[in-house]
Amino acid sequence: MAIQPRTLFDKIWDAHVVETLEDGTVLLYIDRHLVHEVTSPQAFDGLRAAGRRVRSLHGTIAVVDHNIATDASRRTGIEDPESRLQVETLERNVAEFNVPYIPLLDERQGIVHVIGPELGLSLPGMTIVCGDSHTSTHGAMGALAFGIGTSEVEHVLATQTVLQKPAKNMRVTVDGVLPAGCTAKDITLAIIGKVGTAGGTGHVIEYAGEAIRALDMAGRMTLCNMAIEAGARAGMVAPDEVTIAYVDGRPHAPKGEAWERATAWWRSLPSDTGAHFDREVVLRAEDITPQVTWGTSPEDVLPITGTVPDPANATDETRRAQLTRMVEYMGLTPGQKLTDLKVDVVFIGSCTNSRIEDIRAAAAIAKGRQVAAHVRALVVPGSGLVKKQAEAEGLDRVLLDAGFEWREAGCSMCLGMNPDKLTPGQRSASTSNRNFEGRQGPGGRTHLCSPAMAAAAAITGHLTDVREFLA
Amino acid sequence: MRAFTTLTGVAAPLPMANVDTDKIIAARFLKTIARTGLGKNLFHAMRFNDDGSEKPDFVLNQEPYRQAEILIAYENFGCGSSREHAPWALLDFGIRCVIAPDFADIFHNNATKNGILPIRLPRAVCEALMEDARMGGNVRLTIDLENQVVTRPSGEKIPFEVDAFRKHCLLNGLDDIGQTMQHAPAIDDYETKRRAEAPWLFA
Repeated sequence: MAIQPRTLFDKIWDAHVVETLEDGTVLLYIDRHLVHEVTSPQAFDGLRAAGRRVRSLHGTIAVVDHNIATDASRRTGIEDPESRLQVETLERNVAEFNVPYIPLLDERQGIVHVIGPELGLSLPGMTIVCGDSHTSTHGAMGALAFGIGTSEVEHVLATQTVLQKPAKNMRVTVDGVLPAGCTAKDITLAIIGKVGTAGGTGHVIEYAGEAIRALDMAGRMTLCNMAIEAGARAGMVAPDEVTIAYVDGRPHAPKGEAWERATAWWRSLPSDTGAHFDREVVLRAEDITPQVTWGTSPEDVLPITGTVPDPANATDETRRAQLTRMVEYMGLTPGQKLTDLKVDVVFIGSCTNSRIEDIRAAAAIAKGRQVAAHVRALVVPGSGLVKKQAEAEGLDRVLLDAGFEWREAGCSMCLGMNPDKLTPGQRSASTSNRNFEGRQGPGGRTHLCSPAMAAAAAITGHLTDVREFLA
Repeated sequence: MRAFTTLTGVAAPLPMANVDTDKIIAARFLKTIARTGLGKNLFHAMRFNDDGSEKPDFVLNQEPYRQAEILIAYENFGCGSSREHAPWALLDFGIRCVIAPDFADIFHNNATKNGILPIRLPRAVCEALMEDARMGGNVRLTIDLENQVVTRPSGEKIPFEVDAFRKHCLLNGLDDIGQTMQHAPAIDDYETKRRAEAPWLFA
C-alpha cells in the first residue's frame, strides 16, 4: 500500500494520537505544558476539588509573566494586591502539586513563549500547550503548539492530553528575498492583512518558502506568534538545520545518543512532496514593505507609506460601521498620512518581539540618537537571560544613552494587566501582537510594527519608515 | 458544568464582527483566582462610562436585554486571547448561547466547556435573528439542543449543526476530565510506547 504523503502537522498529530473516539474527536498526548499565573488558578482549584494530581511533572513547567511589574519594584514585592494574590496562588499551587517552577527573581524567568525555546523546553516534533493564545509561537521550532483555556489547562494537568478534532492544513508560502528594512514582523502582518483575522480559522498554518527558510529562529517565532491573529489554531515552520543548530546545547535539549535519535526524527518531519493542503496562500517577499497597523484589529494593517482609509469607501454596512468606529477610537482623520501620526509611547517587547535579535535591531536604530522629547520609550527583554545577553553586548547602554527605559522581563505593556499601561488617548508604536481597543490600557491607541520601526518612531516622535534610517 | 437542553430567552442584538476577547473582558479584570463575579465587567468599555455610569445606548443596558440569555453577533466572535474569563463573564452575566456566522476556535472550545452553546449560522440567518432580537419587548428565541433547532418568534424553525461529542457533553452537563480518565489505560500504553521511541521527551 502506498503511503499517503503527509504534512508536518499530520506527522506530529499522528505521533500523538492516544485514541480516536467515535465521532472523530482525538485524545491527543501533550509533551509540554507551560503554566502561568493568570489562566491556572481555577484549574488547580478544580484538581484540588476532585482530588486529582498532576499526571506528568516532567512535562509541566510554571513561570510568572503576565501581571508582574517590570521595574525594580519587583525585588521588594508585588504592590498590587490582586496581582500579588495571583502570583502567590501560583506559588502555593506549584508547591502543593510539585510542579517545576521558575520564580520571579530567577534569571531564567521571562515570558513563557520566550523561555520555552530558550531553555530547550520547546523542541521540534513536540505537542506544546499553554493557557495563552500566543502559544503558537513555539510552532517556530517545528512543533504543534496551541493555546488552550483554563478548563483545558486542568484537563492537561490531570491527563496530559487534550480532546480535539484534527485541524485543516493551510500553507502560506513566501517566496523570494525580503527587502531591506523588512522583518518577520512585516511578513506576519502582511499575511494577516491578506487573509484577515479569521483567515486561518480551523486551520494550522505551515509557513514555507525561501523568505521563511531565510529567517533566524527569533524571526520564525515572531511569525508563528501571530498565527493566532490570523485566526489559525497554530503556526509552524518545518525544522531544518537552523532549528537544530538553535536547539543544540540548550539546557533541556536531548544529549548524546538521545540527541542523535531526536535529530533523526526531526529531520523526517518536513511535509512530504505532494502532501495535501486544504488552503494555499502565496506572497512574494519583494512585495512586502514595512507594515504598521492603523485600526483596532491586526488585519487593519498598511504599508508605512499608506494613509488612513475612508470608511465611506467600505463595501458593506457592517464594515463601514467598524471602520468608522476604528477611525474615531484611534483619533484619526481619513486620508491622513500614517507617518504624520505622533506617538506618545514606544513599547519594544512582548512574546512577539523581545528576543536578543529584536533588542539588537532596536539598538542599531537607537545608537548615537536620542528619543524624541515627548516620547516615553520602553525596552522590555523577554527573559532574564535575554536581558543578561543584551547587557553583555552593551545594548542596555546604547538604549539607555538614547533615552530608552531598560526593564526587567515580563509581558509588560502588551496587555494592560500590570503597571505598564497606556493612559486614555495615548498613542503607541508597539512591537506586540494585538491592537484591540483598550489592549494596552483603557483608551490606549496601538500601532503594531517591528522593533526597528518602533525604535525609529521613538527617535522621530511619529510613525516612521525605518528605511529612512538605512540610507 | 450546568447541562444545556432547551433555552427560551431574550436575545440581545450585537451587530458587530470581530468581537474580541479584550472587548468581552479586558485584561485588567483577569487578576482573579475565581471563575465567578466577572459578569459585572462584561463588555466594560462598551457598557460603562469612565465614571462607572452606564452608557444608555449599549444594548445590555436596555430592557429587556438586561435579562438576555442569548447573544446574536457577526463574524469571528471571540477572536484573540485564550482567556476562559470571556465565557465565564458571559455566563456570569446570564448568557447561555451565542449565535454568530463563525467563532474563533479557542473561544468556541472554551464556551462549550462552560455550558454555553455557540451556534454557527449563515450570515443571512444571523441578520434575520438580529431583526427578531431588535424587536425587544416580549420576543423570545427558543434553542433546542437535542433537536438542534432555533425557533424564531414567528415559529419558523432553523436547524443548526453541532459536534456530536460536544452535544453529548452539553446535554448531560459532563465534564471532560472524568470522561478522559476512563481512557487512562490508553494514556498509560501510549506513554510506554512513546518512552521507547522518544525517551528524550520523558527525561
